[in-house]
Amino acid sequence: MDDGREKLRKWVLIIVMHLLAVLAWQAWITLGEVEPYIMPAPLDTFATLLEYKEYRWVHNTMITAASVFGGFWLAVVVGVTLAVLFSWSRWLNDAFMPLIVSLNMIPKVALGPIFIVWFSYGLGPNILIAFSICFLPILITTTRGLGEVEPELIDLVRTLRASRWQIFTKIQLPGALPFIFSGMKVAVVLAVAGAIVGEFIASEEGLGYLMMQVQVTLDTAGMFMAVLMITAVGVMLYAIVLLLERLLVVSDARME
Amino acid sequence: MARSSFISLEGVRKVYRGRREDFLAVSDVTFDVQAGELVAMVGPSGCGKTTVLKILAGLHSHEEGTVRIGSQADSFDPAKDIGMVFQQPLLLKWRRVIDNVLLPAEILGIPKGEARERAGHLLEMVGLSGFEQSYPYELSGGMQQRAAIARALVHDPKLILMDEPFGALDALTREKMNLELLRIWGESGKTIVFVTHGIQEAVFLGSRVVVLTAGPAKMADNFLVDLPHPRGLDLKTTEAFGDYTRRIYKLLGME
Repeated sequence: MDDGREKLRKWVLIIVMHLLAVLAWQAWITLGEVEPYIMPAPLDTFATLLEYKEYRWVHNTMITAASVFGGFWLAVVVGVTLAVLFSWSRWLNDAFMPLIVSLNMIPKVALGPIFIVWFSYGLGPNILIAFSICFLPILITTTRGLGEVEPELIDLVRTLRASRWQIFTKIQLPGALPFIFSGMKVAVVLAVAGAIVGEFIASEEGLGYLMMQVQVTLDTAGMFMAVLMITAVGVMLYAIVLLLERLLVVSDARME
Repeated sequence: MARSSFISLEGVRKVYRGRREDFLAVSDVTFDVQAGELVAMVGPSGCGKTTVLKILAGLHSHEEGTVRIGSQADSFDPAKDIGMVFQQPLLLKWRRVIDNVLLPAEILGIPKGEARERAGHLLEMVGLSGFEQSYPYELSGGMQQRAAIARALVHDPKLILMDEPFGALDALTREKMNLELLRIWGESGKTIVFVTHGIQEAVFLGSRVVVLTAGPAKMADNFLVDLPHPRGLDLKTTEAFGDYTRRIYKLLGME
């Protein structure tokens, strides 16, 4: 019962704080008499949602969501797979990890123009940019998590002649899950940033592209709405990650 | 005598090869363990008692001497007949207590139904019935260690190796666990090798005590503890108990 009340309190707080932020925004515009092309009021911003023909919100949001989700999940699959391979072979780890860290130093934004040359405009290069920007945290946290096994526990199962596969599936991988999720949470933010940067430079659709379009006409309200939609896409992905974590990781083991 | 004993170590020597110099971990350790005995191996830190335990577990090799486990009367399969308990409970925190206890059974491929039934009995024996579905973090340190003991017994091994299993517990819980271990040992009839640096603990638990000294690590004594079973805490105030502990203190140069 107390648990339910605690939960309710949390949710009420979340909603109230978000509404307060919108109110503060509106109050600032009204009281400060800010010009609408500098800073639109919340209501004017939301009003752009009604002008579908001009903005094609659903279509553009779906496109952006596709790059964000595509890049993110690709990073999860590749990051975790590489970490597993590296944990199995020290040689692979020593050979490739430094190279990957060096490659990660490339400013991903600089890849945009190159990706256009390679893949032309579209979803593909955006997914790749989102992927390249967010996969390293997942690789690193997973590698760390797979290594976090008490040596005595390994001793214990070695006396039982446990196979490498048994050690991996029963001990290493479930033990690494909290680490994988903490890497994924960092990666969500990066994936959103990566996808938008991609759309700025290498796309003809999506919310990032839309922003560049309406910027020309000083349509600040449209730009703000696009930012809100981008944020919503990120929040949704984050919520999915949290939900998965709740399902897969015992509460004590979660890294909050 | 040597033929019939369950474990026989003779002149065992172990050197850890270091980068700069080698480190003599165990030198000339010789003792026998009869089936069903509880042998307490006592000594200061760094005397190599854990190394001896790991050699028994087959986790470490040794340079010299012979190690034999099992006799004609008691066959021994190193893959199935060892249960281990460490200072930390080492429970998997994402598994419920019952599933933690079942881990060795899963690894050895023991049929599920049979293993579950046995795990249930063991949890009852270690005083954890009702906690089968709890997660480790919901248990106290002592309870977690009880679960670890049940896990060490689930595949019905013939030999239990314990490395300072109660070293991380508070003094009161430790006393309680000592009594529990004696009861569990009495009920299960297992052979137990118990490593500790607690001299009182060694005498209280051991039907035999093996004393190791440090620097260089070697064996100092090996004697039967002729104190009656079942043992209670009042045993510690008896003169005979005091004699045994004094004997060990003397060997370790503390008197």
